[in-house]
Amino acid sequence: MLTLIRKTLTRVAMAACIGTVPVAAQADTELTMYYPIAVGGPLTQVVDGIVADFMKENPDIKVNAIYAGNYNDARIKALAALRSGEPAQLSVMFSIDIYELIEQDAIVAFDDIVTSPEDKAWLDSFYPTLMENGRTGGKTWGIPFQRSTIVMYYNKDAFRAAGLDPEKAPATWDELVVAGKKLTKADGSQWGVMIPSTGYPYWMFGALTMQNDQVLMNSAGDTTYFDAPSTISALEFWKDLGTEYKVMPEGTIEWGTLRQNFLEGKTAIMWHSTGNLTTVKQNAKFDFGVAMLPANKRRGTPTGGGNFYIFKKTSPEERVAAMKLIKFMTSPERSAEWSMKTGYMGVSPAAYNTRKLQDYVKDFPYAAVARDQLEFATAELSTYQTGRVRKALDDAIQAALAGTKTPAAALREAQTTADRLLKAYR
Amino acid sequence: MHPAYNLMRHVYGWLLLTPAAILLIAFTHYPTVATFYESLFSKGTAIRPSRFVGSANYQAMIEDPIFWKVLVNNLWFAAGTIPVSVALAITMAMLVNRSLPGRSFLRMAYFTPTILPMIAVANIWLFFYSPDIGLIDQILGWFGLPGHNWLGDPATVLPAIIVMTIWKEAGFFMIFYLAALQNLPPELEEAAKLEGASRWYYFRRVVFPLLMPTTLFVLVNAILNSFKLVDHLFVLTKGGPDNASNLLLYYIYENAFSYFDTNYAATLTVVLLTMLAIMALAQFFFLDRRIHYR
Repeated sequence: MLTLIRKTLTRVAMAACIGTVPVAAQADTELTMYYPIAVGGPLTQVVDGIVADFMKENPDIKVNAIYAGNYNDARIKALAALRSGEPAQLSVMFSIDIYELIEQDAIVAFDDIVTSPEDKAWLDSFYPTLMENGRTGGKTWGIPFQRSTIVMYYNKDAFRAAGLDPEKAPATWDELVVAGKKLTKADGSQWGVMIPSTGYPYWMFGALTMQNDQVLMNSAGDTTYFDAPSTISALEFWKDLGTEYKVMPEGTIEWGTLRQNFLEGKTAIMWHSTGNLTTVKQNAKFDFGVAMLPANKRRGTPTGGGNFYIFKKTSPEERVAAMKLIKFMTSPERSAEWSMKTGYMGVSPAAYNTRKLQDYVKDFPYAAVARDQLEFATAELSTYQTGRVRKALDDAIQAALAGTKTPAAALREAQTTADRLLKAYR
Repeated sequence: MHPAYNLMRHVYGWLLLTPAAILLIAFTHYPTVATFYESLFSKGTAIRPSRFVGSANYQAMIEDPIFWKVLVNNLWFAAGTIPVSVALAITMAMLVNRSLPGRSFLRMAYFTPTILPMIAVANIWLFFYSPDIGLIDQILGWFGLPGHNWLGDPATVLPAIIVMTIWKEAGFFMIFYLAALQNLPPELEEAAKLEGASRWYYFRRVVFPLLMPTTLFVLVNAILNSFKLVDHLFVLTKGGPDNASNLLLYYIYENAFSYFDTNYAATLTVVLLTMLAIMALAQFFFLDRRIHYR
């Protein structure tokens, strides 16, 4: 009996040695990376899969990819880890966290890392619109990874039932209202349109204002345009969808349950992140379509999503390894794979030129809507003191939608708050 | 007595106290003092380092409309949750403190909400409250009533959260009352019956006074919880719409982690700590005197 135990133990010990020693000997650099998922679905598996592929190709680098909740949580966890001295070399974080991260002196600019001309060319290989939120002060701080725009999902079966052409999504605000009225059922069992107003209200609002030909902030991140007439009329339109045209429920609409509302047919149209595309495709029991957001003075949407950042407290070797990982994960092939599995955009034109994404788009043209819409896209709201400035705008939007303040009064208040916060940075 | 012996006795006593004292100082006293100290400095960044500003953070707080809003919200939240959940807890405890068929099943049913993590509870209730597809609106629909956007309307969002919290808390308090009820000597009830006291009279003059120590304990907990419990806000509303459901602790979190203004968060924390300390002291000093301990 004793010999049996001893034999077993020896075998276990040997197996452990064989299993661990070669890996330990090869993993010269260890990277810890936090990443967020904001739209739900099995996206963590996709990230973990790509990371596993990377480690297979680069046995000398070990990557600990840690899922860290939504964008807010990811930033908090990564910064908390840094402060407490735990290792983190790079992270995917909200593209709009850039000013906060610079102010905290937490990240390095990619210009200070890349040296070779081909690396510099690599920095310019992405869609320029996706780089807007990653560049300030003439430097590049973030590399686009899980990037999105807002698109309009619509239920074609509901369009047919309402006598609308299912192949023709509303292309203007007026058409949206007309279609919405036809789609809204009097008994409340189906609404015409839902635009979410919790979670990321400023983001949806960024689309409406852009469609009104108005941006929300300047590129230096020190001035906002919350009380511009076009901004105010954009919020009035959003509110009117509920109170005036009655095609959308009054009050705020929950970001987290909206997809479920759409999938259960409670709304015929929803505005949501392209990051939902694959999940909607897999779960919709009806014929659905995806279209660009409608235009008023022009088409428009903010970009959204997460960028790669490299932290300042890293050794030169770690930076080289981190660059390798980022290049791998944003390479055309991987970006194409990521886009197909999630609905997020391919980050470079080259990603859409890969055979697999071209084939996928041929079969499923909606996968390219977000890319086509990039032409009309603008940066997401991002300023210094971004948390507070964003909160001021979020509160104003929610107050207007809930009817406690008029859009004009709410936005003027938000602008006053933003001015007070940003004065010191001008 | 021998002086050396006396000294040893003191050393011995202090040594016995040390483990508890270290824990208390490290995790309670030091953080409290550090929080107060932090609240006297401005927010620091790499570009503009933190500097001493005295009471500037407190002045900013007094001028901050959101602070007053969350404070008032918190008072409503406390006023809404505490009396109802305590009353419900007593009622439920009395109900299941008798021989009933399926008694343990009933006790378990009352206690289940307590076992669930708050985040899970909030996720369940998020779908209860969803307009149109939610459970509540579907039930209303059977009676031909229109749906309501419970969490999207500033008028209903706080009550909606209060109801959920009561559902979550009452079962927890019930357990304490149940334990207390089972400690009551049965002779009292027999004596009351012999004397011809009504059930209500017996409850009011005998049971309830004897439960007072438990009530004090439950009240302290309920008040602390009403300021401490904000997990559900992360899932349900994030404090919205327009801060209509924002509570003090969640606002502290927002300041510390969304805006990275740890100094203003420290200022708010000092206020929260002071309020809780005053309330706890008041309860112990005033209520305690009126409680009958056996």
